[in-house]
This record gives sequence, structure tokens and C-alpha cells, in this order.
Amino acid sequence: MIEIDNLCKSFTLHNQGAATIEVMQNANLSVRAGECVGLIGASGAGKSTLMRMVWGNYLATSGHIRVGGLDVARAEPRQIIALRRETLGYVSQFLRVVPRVATLDVVAEPLLALGVETATARARAASLLTRLNIPKRLWPLSPTTFSGGEQQRVNIARGFAHAYPALLLDEPTASLDAGNREVVLDLIEEAKARGAAILGIFHDEAARARVCDRLVDVRDFAVQAA
Amino acid sequence: MNALSQHRPLLSVQHLGKHYGPRIGCTEISFDLYPGEVMGIVGESGSGKSTLLSCMAGHLVPDAGRVVFDTALGPRDTVQMSEAERRRMARTDWAFVHQNPRDGLRMGVSAGGNVGERLMAIGARHYGAIRATAADWLGRVEIAADRIDDAPRAFSGGMQQRLQIARNLVTAPRLVFMDEPTGGLDVSVQARLLDLLRGLVRQMGLSAIIVTHDLAVVRLLADRLMVMKDGRVVETGLTDQVLDDPQHAYTQLLVSSVLQV
Repeated sequence: MIEIDNLCKSFTLHNQGAATIEVMQNANLSVRAGECVGLIGASGAGKSTLMRMVWGNYLATSGHIRVGGLDVARAEPRQIIALRRETLGYVSQFLRVVPRVATLDVVAEPLLALGVETATARARAASLLTRLNIPKRLWPLSPTTFSGGEQQRVNIARGFAHAYPALLLDEPTASLDAGNREVVLDLIEEAKARGAAILGIFHDEAARARVCDRLVDVRDFAVQAA
Repeated sequence: MNALSQHRPLLSVQHLGKHYGPRIGCTEISFDLYPGEVMGIVGESGSGKSTLLSCMAGHLVPDAGRVVFDTALGPRDTVQMSEAERRRMARTDWAFVHQNPRDGLRMGVSAGGNVGERLMAIGARHYGAIRATAADWLGRVEIAADRIDDAPRAFSGGMQQRLQIARNLVTAPRLVFMDEPTGGLDVSVQARLLDLLRGLVRQMGLSAIIVTHDLAVVRLLADRLMVMKDGRVVETGLTDQVLDDPQHAYTQLLVSSVLQV
């Protein structure tokens, strides 16, 4: 479902003396349907950079990233937008939403974008928020004022609203209490069972051991010092 | 909308240029906009983004290039259209939201009249139906029903901007040009307007081109981004890619200059 071939990434900082920083070379990785692959490596090793290239907000310098048949490294913006709407979901560590939009609608939005009826989309959003223990009295409020843990659970609910065939998870269990962590791990296992291909970063080692089928060390993709 | 029209650009801008004497307004602008896409154009004052918008919308005559719109009769170069034809299209298929609501509203006419006038311009004649549609649209842009007979000069800036949006969208256009639609509004009012615009774009399947200098606005509203400097496009791409991993020196400067709150 996710196929990464010979992926390289460098950043050129034009306003800092045009310094070029090579961060990744010849990354190869694949995630099959129903499989969860965990990225490991110290902070700064390139886990998030790799995830962002798959999501398409970081541009690949060379190589291929095929998600459900589309090469994200070469796709047109509108193809990536369609991919994100239908095929590829992303639970990032930060919730980025239009201020003032109700939590229920924030979670329902991915379904509305797919043309699902408002009532159906809201019902699905409500069931996820209930599972993730977001009190009903918070649903009409904007999540921008919520605590870190609550925002993260809203973000997870939003990421699982649609049954994406491929999912990127960036530390989905960080800052959650034991009960909510368990709910998130269940959601991940359910997504795998329905055939989702998952690529994730988990610092929580027990969570990693439970949901990941394989681990990939991004230090293997580091640029060798000359 | 059939499958074929989804795969054909709604708007195709080709080598568009406009000079003011020896000075470049904008030059060599080319891009395709597809149905349902929202494109942001960013750049500092004087970068040519407003000139470009005016040329595309037919408010300024470009001195080079084509602006091909997929009309009901197939793709047509709107630059070559007669003035009458272009005006008809501007009333039906296109809409233009000005930064200053006073430029897009008739300040002495009631709110209901401002919305109803657009319907009459495309042939609506039944007073009851026009008033009912106007009332429905005032509701959609969150203007209370009891304000339908008030003139917009009695409205706040945010309400005036929402009224301008209702007046523009009531005829169900396919393409909306917006010039700094949230400029000059309080941040809280901006958020409300952004939420409203996002909902309308999704529900109506609108395509839109939004000119702004506010990167936060395009991040939330635009699928794609075009960055302009000195009348030229320096970078284009998916909005979050251009903002998170900018490639051009100017875009890197622009993104790194935003104050974090």
C-alpha cells in the first residue's frame, strides 16, 4: 500500500548562506495492507521528515513514494488532495483547525469532504468522541481551548473518522492516560484488521510492541559523512 | 457534474501579463484551476497579485495572454469576449468578493435588496421567491432575519463582508475571485468568516482564487498556493508543502517572517 524507493531529501536554506543539509538518502520501505510499521531512531534522525514526505507537505528531492498507486513525490497538488481525502489519513501531534468550529464538526469534517450526509458524519464523530472519553458538553465547543490531551484525542477521532486504507500516526499515544491509550491502541488494531496499512512513530515502547509488526530504523537512511 | 468536466480545468490562465508603462504589473502567469479547487495567491504589497486578480476577473485588460474559462458552451478565452458577454458571465458563473464590502455592496439598498438584486439580474422576477431566497442566504451567512430590511451601512464590518458573500454566492457561481476577503476584520470575525467560506466552498463545490498576504488564511482555506514577487510567480504547490517546505528563497523569507502566536 505504501512503497518508498530510493528516497532522498535535502534542505537548502537560501537565507542562511544557501546552506544545503542532506538529511536522508536511499530510504526504502514498504507497508502492506493490514500491516503496521514503526519508525525508530533518535530525535532528529528523520522519522518525522519521512512521514511528512509521505503526507506530501515535504517535497522529496529524489526517489518515489507510492501510496495506493500514486507517486506522491511527483503528483500534482490536486492528486495529493484527492489522496488525502480518500486514501491517506494522518494523525499529527498538533491539531490545526479553523477557530470557533465545534469539536463534533471538526471530527466529522473528513466524512463531509467525502460527501457523507451530515447526520451520518456527525453520528460517526459522536461515537468516536464517546469512545475517546471527550465529554459531550465539550462537543459544541471549539477544541482550540482544550487541554493538550483532549486536543490529541480530538485529532485521533478525526484521523479515524474515515476508514482510510493508509494511515500515518505521529505519536498517537503520547500524553494520554492509560484508559485513553488503550482506546487508541484498540482503534489501531481495528484499522489493521480492516486492512489499513499504517506507518507510525511510537515512543511508547509497550504500544509499539503491541501494534507494530515490524520496525524500521531511520538511521539506516542517514547520509554517510564523507 | 459529470466525470469529463472534472478532468478539464475550469479556468486556464496562459502567459497572462499586464504592464503599467515600462513597469511590470504581472508577467508570464500560467496555471490551471480545476473544479472544486481553492487556490491562494500570496505575496507582499506590490507583488502583482491584485493586478493578476483584476486581469483574470476582467476588471483590467491584460496586454498578453489568455484567460480560458470552461463555459456552458465549452472553453472560451474571456479576454477576447465582448464586454456584454463578459458582464453576463460575471453575473452568472463568476463572483468577486472585494476586500472592502463598500466596493461590492450597494450601501443605500436593504440587505435583502442587495441579495435579491443579483437574482433579478439573472432574470428572477417573482418577488416572493426572491425575498425567500434572500432570507435563506442571509441565514446561511448568519445575518439575523430581522435585519433583512436594514441597509448595510447600519451593519458592522464583519456583517457587511458576510452580506457581500451572500450577494455573490446567491446565483450559485462556479468560480469566485476574492481579494483579501478577511482583510480589515478583527481576528475573531475573520475566523467566523473563514469557517463560513470553507463550508460554502465544500457544499457548493465552488472553485475559488483568493488573493491575500495572510499565510494563516491560505493555510486554512486554500488547497494550492502560488507565491508572487515582482510580478512573477516564484513558487507554486500544495499549500502545506509550500508553507512547510518552501523551496524558493523569497518563500523561505516570507514563511520565516511570520510572527508566531
